[in-house]
Amino acid sequence: MTYIVKPKNHHPLLEKNKLGLTRRDYEGAVSTLCAGCGHDSVSSAIVEACFQLSIESYKVAKLSGIGCSSKAPAYFLNQSHGFNSVHGRMPSIATGAAMANHELTYLGISGDGDTASIGVGQFVHCARRQLNMTYIVENNGTYGLTKGQFSATNDLESKSKYGDDNLFPSIDLPTMAIQLGASFVARSFSGDREQLVPLLKAALSHKGFSFLDIISPCVTFNNHKTSTKSYDYIREHNDALSKPDFVPLGKEIVTEYPTGSSIEVPLHDGSLLALEKLSQDYDPADKIQAIKNIQESQRDGKVLTGLLYADPTAKDLREILNVSDKPLNTMGKSELCPGSEKLEGINSGLR
Amino acid sequence: MSKINSVNDFVIKFANVNGSGSASANQMFAKGVFRSGIPVSPKNIFPSNIQGLPTWFEVRVNEKGYLGRREGIDISVAMNPQSYQKDVAELKENGYLIYDSSWKREFGRDDINVIEIPLTKLCVQEFTNPKQRLLFKNLGYVGLLASILEMDKDIYVSLIEEQFKGKEKLIEPNVKALNIGYNYAEENFKDYCEIKVQKSDKTDGLILTSGNDAAGLGCVYGGATVCAWYPITPSTSLAESYSKYSEKLRVEIGTDKNKFAFIQAEDELAAMGMTIGANWNGARAFTATSGPGVSLMSEFIGLAYFAEVPTVLFNVQRGGPSTGMPTRTQQSDILCSAYASHGDTKHVLLIPSDPKECFDFAVEAFDLADRLQTPVIVLLDLDLGMNDWSTKEFEWDDSNQYDRGKVLSKEDLDGIERFGRYLDVDGDGIPYRTYPGTHPEKGAYFTRGTSHDEYAGYTEDGVKNAEMLTRLLKKFQTASSLVPAPVFNQEKNASSMGIIYFGSTDCSMQEALDVLDEQNLKIDAMRIRAFPFNLEVWEFIEEHDLLFIVEQNRDGQMRTLIMAEGGIIPDKLVSILCFDGQPITAEHITNKINAHLSGKPALAMS
Repeated sequence: MTYIVKPKNHHPLLEKNKLGLTRRDYEGAVSTLCAGCGHDSVSSAIVEACFQLSIESYKVAKLSGIGCSSKAPAYFLNQSHGFNSVHGRMPSIATGAAMANHELTYLGISGDGDTASIGVGQFVHCARRQLNMTYIVENNGTYGLTKGQFSATNDLESKSKYGDDNLFPSIDLPTMAIQLGASFVARSFSGDREQLVPLLKAALSHKGFSFLDIISPCVTFNNHKTSTKSYDYIREHNDALSKPDFVPLGKEIVTEYPTGSSIEVPLHDGSLLALEKLSQDYDPADKIQAIKNIQESQRDGKVLTGLLYADPTAKDLREILNVSDKPLNTMGKSELCPGSEKLEGINSGLR
Repeated sequence: MSKINSVNDFVIKFANVNGSGSASANQMFAKGVFRSGIPVSPKNIFPSNIQGLPTWFEVRVNEKGYLGRREGIDISVAMNPQSYQKDVAELKENGYLIYDSSWKREFGRDDINVIEIPLTKLCVQEFTNPKQRLLFKNLGYVGLLASILEMDKDIYVSLIEEQFKGKEKLIEPNVKALNIGYNYAEENFKDYCEIKVQKSDKTDGLILTSGNDAAGLGCVYGGATVCAWYPITPSTSLAESYSKYSEKLRVEIGTDKNKFAFIQAEDELAAMGMTIGANWNGARAFTATSGPGVSLMSEFIGLAYFAEVPTVLFNVQRGGPSTGMPTRTQQSDILCSAYASHGDTKHVLLIPSDPKECFDFAVEAFDLADRLQTPVIVLLDLDLGMNDWSTKEFEWDDSNQYDRGKVLSKEDLDGIERFGRYLDVDGDGIPYRTYPGTHPEKGAYFTRGTSHDEYAGYTEDGVKNAEMLTRLLKKFQTASSLVPAPVFNQEKNASSMGIIYFGSTDCSMQEALDVLDEQNLKIDAMRIRAFPFNLEVWEFIEEHDLLFIVEQNRDGQMRTLIMAEGGIIPDKLVSILCFDGQPITAEHITNKINAHLSGKPALAMS
């Protein structure tokens, strides 16, 4: 449906954010994904999160690899630069871009094929290096663009649309991300906007590697009865750890959680993620407990969602490498070139 | 017994055990000769191994400045019993063999001069530390050489002092080790050797450094701020040079923070991705690799070509194919670099021939990449990259400005009705670009490897895609007028025959041309320095009936490139090839040319 151009005129009474922008200002091109695709709900949640955070679109870089998910950046934030790179290699593009200018917000959109198979190496090292970015996997357990092959996140017991058995166990990306050192790890469901939007806002505000595994059903190839990534299955098995509420910087906390059942995660920019505990064993600061929660929920046939792990104090890659506060891409010759006198010194050392 | 007799003109070869600390002593020997004013070309011939296997180090000393490898060893310092047989066999008649006579040997040759020095015994007497006993044997033979070649010993004493500046405790035992060999030779071999090193002034204006070191420094001067790389021989020391110089020259005063990011990637794919990402975002970024890395990076190189992202890649070529000979030299990645990636792709190549040019071309690569918005591949090889060369001093003109190419600022965008990322506004095939974060409402676009129109929108319109591909060809045409022109050996063509050569072959070629001249063979010569080929390259080819193309690979890859790009008939182009992993020699070149001209079939390898 690329031939359909969205009208630019807005309803005059549309709600505006701090920048005076409406939600429409955060939209992108008309989606060409299948009607009902979970990815479109994720795009819409991104629009909502960026609108609510009053993010300046042009200070966001949207990056992706290849696959249905990787098309999604075209469908939100029209005023952002986008980079649709090669299959599984978005993390390295993001790493280079973020080193060049750390002042932009880096939003990577990937899929389960892009991240858990062809790009698993880059995902691993990007998390390990604590790149300051938000990395979203729109996880549907299948290769959509090539018509329905199993992906590496497809559950062992989940059959294909055509009745084929899946022979290999699934990779659990949040478990991996926590183990690799990602400092913000969450799982959500494209159909749970109430949970997804605050998690997105928190992920975008977190400094360090924010990883979101979003179960995002493929209506065409993986939404059948024997699938464990269908809308119905996820709705029935969603095991939410907490009810998140994002509190921006300077706002009073007004969540009405019963005493003792809430947790607050402070974020880099001064905002807070307030979480209503839905489970006794929930402590997002505890790495080992976080992995245990995921594994136990999986054993019990459920899909654990919510903020799984967060370390708001982690150093990001730029800090680890001790790179200047001034973006490298703004430095000119006078700051970068040592000049002829220094070169003469080097010459004399080589004689 | 006859002895080789020469002044400032000989080849010495050290045979050692890898990992025994010999390379730095051998390097010091070469530097001592260089400091005496005579150009040297040290070549480390090392195994792909950390400890235990045989390793060699050849130094050609030549006052005329012939720095190519030369066959035939005049002096052999045989310190490895594992390789005695080979080392002794290589030695020229009347040459000199130096060995550790702590264990006496017979070598079965009565046409060589044997210099015995019981290095192990002497070091065991003088040093108690077992590690020192082993290590100092190396400096022992350097001392011996200083004596028999009648060199100024003080040069070596100062080299030791410089090397251990800040670790003064180490100076005394090192000097002592030097003296062990020196004094032994003074007592036992005074006036024995008839090869001499005499002070000269032929290194005025020269420095001794490697191509990798120079290229890394060039990246610092060229304004590179991001280096993403993955370790691979023989390119590793290029990235490390960038890091070393950056730590010295690129740290913010006051904050101690780095004005550079040095990232060891998880593989070559990621290294290239990071390089592209950083360049896309307006930093100057590069990666360094060798053949296997280029293979892995190829998908990304195609993306940078098609999406038009400036990218600088150093390919320090080694022996291929496959893992090949990681520690030997070749020029065998010409085609895989020129046409890297699937689909119709072509890339700018810069081919330096000495470390000075490695520095200059590193700087130029960033200007060209930014100007042309495309990958620029700088082709070195192991010989040029890893060995020290006597090369011209680095130069820098402080009035030089970086050419960042066609980048639109916020103000520029304000004045534009509609920004089209891939619009050919100027008719040179080069569009305008924007960095992310420049303007709140204008200039954003989608960078993609999929087919796109002038406004960077996805299109499946085949005609539109063909237009884009044609414009890229126009851009490549523009590139041919911007890349470094060839260097000619003659002011005016004087022969119907020509020689085409490139890269590290230069040093042997200078010698070969002099030899051909002495043989009254007038042949014009041209050194290609870049691809796409400039007009001057085509004119040279046009003006000669027969052209020898000298390359260090099996398939005559530069010849293929010339044939393919210029439609040149194959009969006109004769390959002179060397691909045994050793740097090509002048003798090899002249022999092959003579063989061809006398009508004998020139075998691919001798």
